[in-house]
Amino acid sequence: MKRLLMATAATALAAGAASAGSHSNEIKLGIILGFTGPIESLTPQMAAGAELAMKEVSDSGALLGGATVTPVRADSTCIDAGAATAAAERLITGDGVKGIVGADCSGVTGAILSNVAVPNGVVMISPSATSPALSTAEDNGLFFRTAPSDARQGVVMAEILLEQGIDEVAVTYTNNDYGKGLADSFQAAFEERGGKVTINAAHEDGKADYSAEVGALAAAGGQRLVVAGYVDQGGSGIVRAALDSGAFDSFHFPDGMISAALEENFGTEIDGSTGQHPGTDSEGAAKFTEIVGGAFDASSPFTPESYDAAALIMLAMQAAGSSDPAAYKGKVMEVANAPGEPILPGELAKALKLLAEGKDIDYVGATAVELIGPGESAGNYRQIVIEGGKVTTVKYR
Amino acid sequence: MDLLNAIVALANFVIVPAIAYGSQLALGALGITLVYGILRFSNFAHGDTMAFGTMVTILATWWFQSLGISLGVLPTALLALPFGIVATVALLLGTDRVVYRFYRRQKAAPVIFVMVSLGVMFIMNGLVRFVIGPDDQRFADGARFIVSAREFKAMTGLREGLAIKTSAGITVITAIIVVALLFWFLNHTRTGKSMRAFSDNEDLALLSGINPERVVLYTWMIVGALATIAGVLYGLDKSFKPFTYFQLLLPMFASAIVGGLGSPVGAIAGGFVIAFSEVTVTYAWKKVLRYLLPENLEPDGLVQLMSTDYKFAVSFAILIIVLLFRPTGLFRGKAV
Repeated sequence: MKRLLMATAATALAAGAASAGSHSNEIKLGIILGFTGPIESLTPQMAAGAELAMKEVSDSGALLGGATVTPVRADSTCIDAGAATAAAERLITGDGVKGIVGADCSGVTGAILSNVAVPNGVVMISPSATSPALSTAEDNGLFFRTAPSDARQGVVMAEILLEQGIDEVAVTYTNNDYGKGLADSFQAAFEERGGKVTINAAHEDGKADYSAEVGALAAAGGQRLVVAGYVDQGGSGIVRAALDSGAFDSFHFPDGMISAALEENFGTEIDGSTGQHPGTDSEGAAKFTEIVGGAFDASSPFTPESYDAAALIMLAMQAAGSSDPAAYKGKVMEVANAPGEPILPGELAKALKLLAEGKDIDYVGATAVELIGPGESAGNYRQIVIEGGKVTTVKYR
Repeated sequence: MDLLNAIVALANFVIVPAIAYGSQLALGALGITLVYGILRFSNFAHGDTMAFGTMVTILATWWFQSLGISLGVLPTALLALPFGIVATVALLLGTDRVVYRFYRRQKAAPVIFVMVSLGVMFIMNGLVRFVIGPDDQRFADGARFIVSAREFKAMTGLREGLAIKTSAGITVITAIIVVALLFWFLNHTRTGKSMRAFSDNEDLALLSGINPERVVLYTWMIVGALATIAGVLYGLDKSFKPFTYFQLLLPMFASAIVGGLGSPVGAIAGGFVIAFSEVTVTYAWKKVLRYLLPENLEPDGLVQLMSTDYKFAVSFAILIIVLLFRPTGLFRGKAV
């Protein structure tokens, strides 16, 4: 009761202070996630994450002179593009939402973006769509995501290698969508930055003998061998054969290869090898868990990303001074990135106040948000090196 | 110097691996060819017999390792090998008693035997997975290398390294000893001679008083020993996984058929033909040619005839070519 009184008082105060207040005092935001379907076990926490940010902003009473934010949920189904499109259409035309947190799966996200969001001019921030295809989708500057594209790891990998002065590598990948996608995105990124990929060859998992594959890799040569495979499968076989034949003695490992099994299989034999995998040590993650308390599982996949997606929409509105998507879409990148005062979860009230004062903010949030390229998260990777047979952290990037 | 580098590079990536792989295939193909020549059917269960023998050897190896017994630089598996052989021979004789003898008395057609061996294959397949599981098992110990690539470079000052694994060395030496023993047995002992007689002409052999059950018994014993040795050597050199042993069936049959089914010499030759062609056809020659050719002729591409994905296709292709142009194989075995 006391809190309600406080909030009301604050709202009244803010409303009074606002100049020529023509703002509506309720802003609706859509949350379109697959509440039924293949990821239905993840979406309740994701939605709760987004709603937590909205509640925080409403409670602060600082958004656009005291507006409250009301979430409206809709079901994307994750797989049925028709149903997802219809649900999103309803959100915009029926409920009049000013922005959408979602969708979740890459396929339905693309469908909603091109069929509903772009024609109606509504901003969408997806917390979980990772397909590289969405980076190049036609979006009129309306689409953002707080999850990194799958292609991002290839770019990070290229940067790590070039920073170490390695500009000629051989690449082998496990013959599936993950391996091929990663190897191709790496090759494109590496060559664009002046590196040279001598060979980009597939290997099949589950074979006993990889000496022929390693023979081809060795013939092509390179300073390092990039193994985009699985440590429990052919990836280890390739490394073993390469070490045995003396073809390569240092390697670079993306996420599929980095685990305790790598240390166990090779130990000090691969000293000096490098790698990276998704990971962050940002204080935002810990802070997020703290403000969630026990209300829901804060570490569930894409839950912090959902909080960040909702927060970004509202902060951009504040920066633009309007809840009109056409006005605030240009501010999303601005509030997400440096320069400015860093903002952690639970500090949204402070951020809104700073923006109202015309100051700049850098939203860090629960996932150390940094939007790049067409408005997608750069993602956070842990760069590692093998030293004394152990995987050790170089830094987070 | 360039010439030496080229030779070493070729030896490291083609010749040494192909000789080791060829020896393993030859031992496997010998087992297949003996069954075909003497018992007169294609034994599809051979790959899984190898897996069974290797499994028992691995279990015995682990037991020795837990007792702290080892052979020093040599792998402990060599010590455990006799256990594997005994168990495999027992399994094969049991299978013969329970399954094959019934069909032999019926004088069943060879194609029925082939189907029966297919059934036996699935049972052995399940048995191995049931006992040791479908995953990779590591059981190699002792020194890994006779010469490692780094040592070789330091020793010779060449740019290319040559690595010879202990397992490759053991494979070749064991294969030579086993083949020599087998040929001595077939050519110089009474039992060996009776086996060859039985293979050449069953009726005449029976008329001259050879006991067919005895011939069958000895054949299975030899096949069991060969299969276990081949399986353990392959496992030491590469790794043990039941599924890869099942996959070995194709190159082993190809070796036996290319050499001429029923001909032991052919099985050995066939093993090396298949191994060398699998490795050389998929090898990228760029490195070797860069040493050999003058600078302006250096190749830009990899000079690779076929991607390594097509390794198994090579043994298929050779098999088909041989069957088309010389159905009896290189060494005039029995027509298929």
